[in-house]
Amino acid sequence: MGNDLDRAASRPISDKPSLRLAGKDLLGIQKMDVSEIELILDTAESFKEVSTREIKKVPTLRGKTVINLFFEPSTRTRTSFEIAAKRLSADTINISTSSSSVTKGETLIDTAKNLEAMNPDCIVIRHSSSGAPHLLARLMHVPIINAGDGAHEHPTQALLDIFTVREKKGKLAGLKLAIVGDILHSRVARSNIHGFIKMGAEVHLAGPRTMMPAEVERMGIHWHTSLAEVIPESDVIMMLRIQLERQGGGFFPTLREYSRLFGLNLEVLKAAKPDVLIMHPGPMNRGVEISPEVADGPYSVILDQVTNGVAVRMALLYLLVGGEREADRSSL
Amino acid sequence: MKLKEKEVVMDGEAFERALVRITHEILEQNQGVEDLVLIGIRTGGVYLAERIRMKIEQIEKVKIPSGIIDITLYRDDFAVGLPRPLVGKTEIPFPLKDKKVILVDDVLYTGRTVRAGMDVLIDFGRPKFIQLAVLIDRGHRELPIQADYEGKKVVTAPQDEVTVLFREIDGQDQVIIQKKIT
Repeated sequence: MGNDLDRAASRPISDKPSLRLAGKDLLGIQKMDVSEIELILDTAESFKEVSTREIKKVPTLRGKTVINLFFEPSTRTRTSFEIAAKRLSADTINISTSSSSVTKGETLIDTAKNLEAMNPDCIVIRHSSSGAPHLLARLMHVPIINAGDGAHEHPTQALLDIFTVREKKGKLAGLKLAIVGDILHSRVARSNIHGFIKMGAEVHLAGPRTMMPAEVERMGIHWHTSLAEVIPESDVIMMLRIQLERQGGGFFPTLREYSRLFGLNLEVLKAAKPDVLIMHPGPMNRGVEISPEVADGPYSVILDQVTNGVAVRMALLYLLVGGEREADRSSL
Repeated sequence: MKLKEKEVVMDGEAFERALVRITHEILEQNQGVEDLVLIGIRTGGVYLAERIRMKIEQIEKVKIPSGIIDITLYRDDFAVGLPRPLVGKTEIPFPLKDKKVILVDDVLYTGRTVRAGMDVLIDFGRPKFIQLAVLIDRGHRELPIQADYEGKKVVTAPQDEVTVLFREIDGQDQVIIQKKIT
């Protein structure tokens, strides 16, 4: 049939060899190839345009069902996935477990098997236990996307962060990225560390020693105990949310002290490069880790991150769900 | 062993003459360039649309708007085993309402690419009409679609491969049919 469609295939827009993702799932960045990451980024570029149209829909995933299975609360990530799926014409179902039979004691495996019996085409899962998406990926035939598992990984956040930097800077290799804050508890930090290093960037971490995981030294990543140390050389500064609940855990004396030492404000930013990018995965604690002037200022690309998140998730859904796939491939 | 026999059905000169003729036909049929826009289907149609646009500028001294569409997201097939092309960008930086769209592609075959192309256009707005210009019509339509302007009709068998080379990327303009013979 499609000889004319085939012809487009024989001369792709980019010369990159990988036109599919390696496995059926997207569980983490740590095990991904650079070529897979580039495929997702290149595809996301084309999807960005769909969100600017009058009719923000393409028929690609028409008739497919995407289930958002969120065991932890989320507005940003869940909405982003929902919009992404809907713009691809897929049907979406949101399950937040506070209002589901998980409260009646149903196990993760049972929840998954019950859902599978209803023939979904993709499950996006956020769970407080690391490895939960991997368990589902082994048990189920449908593609599983990790929307955050414990403190382990949040791969789609890292992908949209990498996309944003690549878009603004034109490249990734050789750039200096500083991630600042509670690295210990952050899956966003972990995914970004894996991702940016894979793409050739240099990653620096800054935060209280109490919030710096031990493996950082073993992984050979530069880490600093003061924000002022990382600011001058950084091309990108990524601020992490300080969880207000951590106050009681002895990680830092008070929020005010944390903010004084590690909060990003205009004063501290004076030492930064003139074309520095300020990023934050959200939600922000204005006035704690980031001042309103910086968050809303000209260096901030925080809202671009959100816009790009939809495009990146559309690309992922397209690559994982679009078209027929062999049923048994697992990405583990 | 299946051997492929190559036949050149259009050389560089014939290619150019066809484009000149198509350009004149478009201008004649539409009595000028008012509200005319060119939209090329990735990838072959894009080069052709650009050449037609430049020829129109030479003849009428007017630059008409042009855009690019990628039909990958509108395909009606996701055949297992075929290499999947990278999704390219669709760029239509102007409203389509009431415009006279000349949709351009290199090879018209089953008609499914053009069907997908029309769906893309209609998602962007309501053109006054859509006319189709193709370099090669190789027959074997599976949908009721026809070209308004065509460079050449060629007779092919379904298993033949029609390849269009462009001087912009391949160094020369040429249309080749490769027939599979055993």
